[in-house]
Amino acid sequence: MEKMREQDPKERIKNFNEVPYGYNEEEAVREASRCLQCPTAPCITGCPVSIDIPGFINAIKEKRFKESITILKDTNNLPAMCGRVCPQEDQCEKVCVLEKAGNPINIGALERFAADWAMENNISGHEADISSPEKDEKVAVVGAGPAGLTCAGELAKKGYAVTVFEGLHKPGGVLTYGIPEFRLPKEIVMSEVDGIERLGVELKLNYIIGKIKTIDGLRKDGYKAFFICTGAGLPSFMGIPGENLNGVYSANEFLTRVNLMKAYKFPEYDTPINVGRKVAVIGAGNVAMDSARSALRLGAEKVMIVYRRTEVEMPARIDEIHHAEQEGIEFHLLTTPIEIIGDDKGDIKKMICLKNELGEPDSSGRKRPVPIEGSEFEMEMDTVICAIGNGPNPLLLDTIDGLKLGKWGNIEADDDGYTNIEDIFAGGDIVTGSATVIAAMGAGKQASIAIEKYLQAR
Amino acid sequence: MHKIVRKEQLNPEICLVEAEAKDIALAAEAGQFVILRIDETGERFPLTLYDWDTEKGTVTVVCQAVGVSTKKLCAMAEGEAILDIAGPLGHAAKTKNIGKVICIGGGVGTAEAYPIAKAMQASGNDVTVIIGSRSKDLLICEEDIKKFCDKVHITTDDGSYGKKGFVTDVLKELLEDGSYDLVFAIGPVIMMKMVSGMTKKYSVKTLVSLNSIMIDGTGMCGGCRVRYDEKPHFACVDGPEFDGHLVDFDDLMHRGDRYKDKEKMADDHYEGECKIGLDKKK
Repeated sequence: MEKMREQDPKERIKNFNEVPYGYNEEEAVREASRCLQCPTAPCITGCPVSIDIPGFINAIKEKRFKESITILKDTNNLPAMCGRVCPQEDQCEKVCVLEKAGNPINIGALERFAADWAMENNISGHEADISSPEKDEKVAVVGAGPAGLTCAGELAKKGYAVTVFEGLHKPGGVLTYGIPEFRLPKEIVMSEVDGIERLGVELKLNYIIGKIKTIDGLRKDGYKAFFICTGAGLPSFMGIPGENLNGVYSANEFLTRVNLMKAYKFPEYDTPINVGRKVAVIGAGNVAMDSARSALRLGAEKVMIVYRRTEVEMPARIDEIHHAEQEGIEFHLLTTPIEIIGDDKGDIKKMICLKNELGEPDSSGRKRPVPIEGSEFEMEMDTVICAIGNGPNPLLLDTIDGLKLGKWGNIEADDDGYTNIEDIFAGGDIVTGSATVIAAMGAGKQASIAIEKYLQAR
Repeated sequence: MHKIVRKEQLNPEICLVEAEAKDIALAAEAGQFVILRIDETGERFPLTLYDWDTEKGTVTVVCQAVGVSTKKLCAMAEGEAILDIAGPLGHAAKTKNIGKVICIGGGVGTAEAYPIAKAMQASGNDVTVIIGSRSKDLLICEEDIKKFCDKVHITTDDGSYGKKGFVTDVLKELLEDGSYDLVFAIGPVIMMKMVSGMTKKYSVKTLVSLNSIMIDGTGMCGGCRVRYDEKPHFACVDGPEFDGHLVDFDDLMHRGDRYKDKEKMADDHYEGECKIGLDKKK
């Protein structure tokens, strides 16, 4: 596999610039030339949005870059983002025939190359930009994250008038507030959102559905179908003593300050952030890695991942764990915090933890961490970031009469996006709980198909 | 963008800003707040809605210039535009069928008590208002409140106007002399703590409105969490109204101070830029 060149770890921990540089033309063509162009194309079935992977790779191989982006955009409205943040190693690359020889095609890097090339050359890649919708029916999408943008783009391509309502002041959802600049530059997110707008999608920012207007209100405004994709927007805490101390952040808050509000440019930007010298990040998913690596770049001397199981169970992408290790993040595994202790000013001094051993697998199939009796020990730190997941945000859901919710308060929707209310569809983290960008995009795409079917049958 | 249609300086520190925000005005209820962002480099910060006009399509906030964001807002002029306003957020205050109420506003909190007291009066409750400030020139909203309420008590710390002392001094007298169904207090955390401490002795239900540090205001960041009834609650989505007898005010004060050093840095940076700007103009 042709590796992407990267910023040196010693340098990159001092800046927020993107870590991998991306292929140049020569590298991209060389990697694309390795593709066997299998007639069965298992990679396509490995992709949640079914990109014609051999097709776009072949176009790169033959240096028809414009065609490669057109092929990508035919099925994927956000290729520059997917190329960067999709877990390809668990999807398309996992089923690549060359994977059996331990050397799959670097599909993510090639996707990124094609998308970046198009961006540099100001090519949208869509067959044609649609400026005004040809169908009368209006569709409302609630949430401008990966699920919403995908669904909106697909429906606009079909000719529907789509409005995306976003609560924050910038579109992108987790792509904007969550994933850091060094992994996904915001310029790229905005450029891809721009591509969606060029399809005729209307974006309404600072517009919190459930507060400024309800779904019923939107019905009165003439919207005929609704796609709810508000993400997993309610941070979980551990429920241990000391979590209200100053210096305890949810990963959502920490990352939102850094990414959406640009606290890393404080005081040029007004939003502050406190990092301290020693930082502990609880959890070991992608969000935990993002938080840890951001803390390092903000000047922390020591950053620790504290995780209750072992490296085998860590939910983060291998690449992200690898990057974190390269940058000097410490991993404290089989460790569960039980209390955070503060000083008289309400600041953090230390955290008391227990050591675990692994027991029988739990409902997630992963081995359950079992605390070892009498294994208490202390860790010193100034900042604790809880990256242990999010629950569904009830702000909108509470205002929709009769919408069926699951045990944890998530919307009950099937794989096609149907809920128990006929004009309401849902997808992404608000249905599944915290998952991946590409899974949310897949849900957005499925829902666009279901919404079209519903509107046609009316 | 939200054009400012009216700007008034209520006292040297506090200004009133009325800006276009039609859909927010249509949805707004007493007790709710909005999140503002003044410009591209600005913070997101919450302000309680002072008033809203569904016909003009405007919302009004009252703001005390204490940090960068509030100073930026107070420095704006009519005709200029605020970059972002999102809302209305938080639960509306319950204003119906309460009975005898005392509404207390301290400092800039007086502007936050105003819409609630007004809505309570309009719903037929018996409303008494106590407003307090450090001195006469800092007192705000007196006229607006007297328009709907004839039982208004005023206190100033220095005695330059009304009764010398704190709002709690008047509250104590009222609670001694009569029975009340509810006390509603908005102001500095220390004031809300003192009020809640006092009403607890008299067993009068007390609501306070909490204005913690927030980013999104929709429950997404958890930065505004307060210890309430021994458990963490989010001021933005669980509040902003809470039972004053169950709020951990000391915790709230600690948390309110958590960016003190950074706020000072940001303020110095802002003041520095302002001075450079003035030099350029010269």
